Amino acid sequence: MADTAVAHGAEHGAHHTTTGLSNVKLGMWLFLGSECLLFGGLISTYMLYKGRIGTGPQPDQIYDIPFTSVSSFVLLMSSLTMVLAVSSANRADDRRTNLWLTITALLGATFVGGQVYEFTAFYREGLGFTTSLFGSSFYTLTGFHGVHVTVGIIMLMALVGMVRRNRIPGSKAETVEMIGLYWHFVDVVWIVIFTLVYLIPA
Amino acid sequence: MSTATDTQHDTGHDAGHDSHAQHGSSDKQYVIIALILAALTAIEVSTYYIDFGPLFMPTLFVLMTVKFVIVASYFMHLKFDNKIFTYLFYSGLLLAIAVYVGALATFKFFLQKG
Repeated sequence: MADTAVAHGAEHGAHHTTTGLSNVKLGMWLFLGSECLLFGGLISTYMLYKGRIGTGPQPDQIYDIPFTSVSSFVLLMSSLTMVLAVSSANRADDRRTNLWLTITALLGATFVGGQVYEFTAFYREGLGFTTSLFGSSFYTLTGFHGVHVTVGIIMLMALVGMVRRNRIPGSKAETVEMIGLYWHFVDVVWIVIFTLVYLIPA
Repeated sequence: MSTATDTQHDTGHDAGHDSHAQHGSSDKQYVIIALILAALTAIEVSTYYIDFGPLFMPTLFVLMTVKFVIVASYFMHLKFDNKIFTYLFYSGLLLAIAVYVGALATFKFFLQKG
């Protein structure tokens, strides 16, 4: 415990800034705040156009709620494994950090795989990107989220390699925490999307 | 001036130490939080199968908000970190909500649904 405190003290030595806070962390929270605006725009566009189905299928005709519920659960649990990775990194336990990061990436990949399957199924049922305004706004919103998850998976796998080779410049725990913040953000965005897009009928 | 800066710096630095001390919340606590989130998700999904009547929408909105706040507060450590991070994040969120509720209102979105 004392060793952990010393390790944290050394890490916080890097925070000799005018605010006394880590600039990296400050920048990450600013970025996440701005991401709220991006997803806010996409979600409100979807809300506006979800009734414009044209000749295509309606949302409640194609949504597979049980399947998406499982995907949502998988992504939610990846937040648990991510926070366990951050916790291990704070204890300077590289082996467990890498284990939890790898599990998080695998859970994320499972979610993205589910999304690809869902998109394919929807396309076969007649909902293309240009079929209707509903289709365009749905694919844009969930696609943007899927891209964010994919970027997160790439960052996680890169982080695993860097931790293994001990090639992280600066504080290892802070780097893992920053990737963790991004990952949790992707999760909270999905919490909103799952409710507003899937569970509330058109 | 120098003193003020030092004091500010020290305060922030201590806050950082405090936050990391709190970050050390046990892994068991994180698992319990995840189980709570899973239970909330199960209730959300149950609204698809069970008729909640007029409570349908309020239930979903409350559950969504509670889940959002739990993840942001505990998994993202906002509850234990310096308040500046909380202000930055929730400012962005509230700005987004305000801007897009305004935008949707101009399209008479709420009138159509009402």
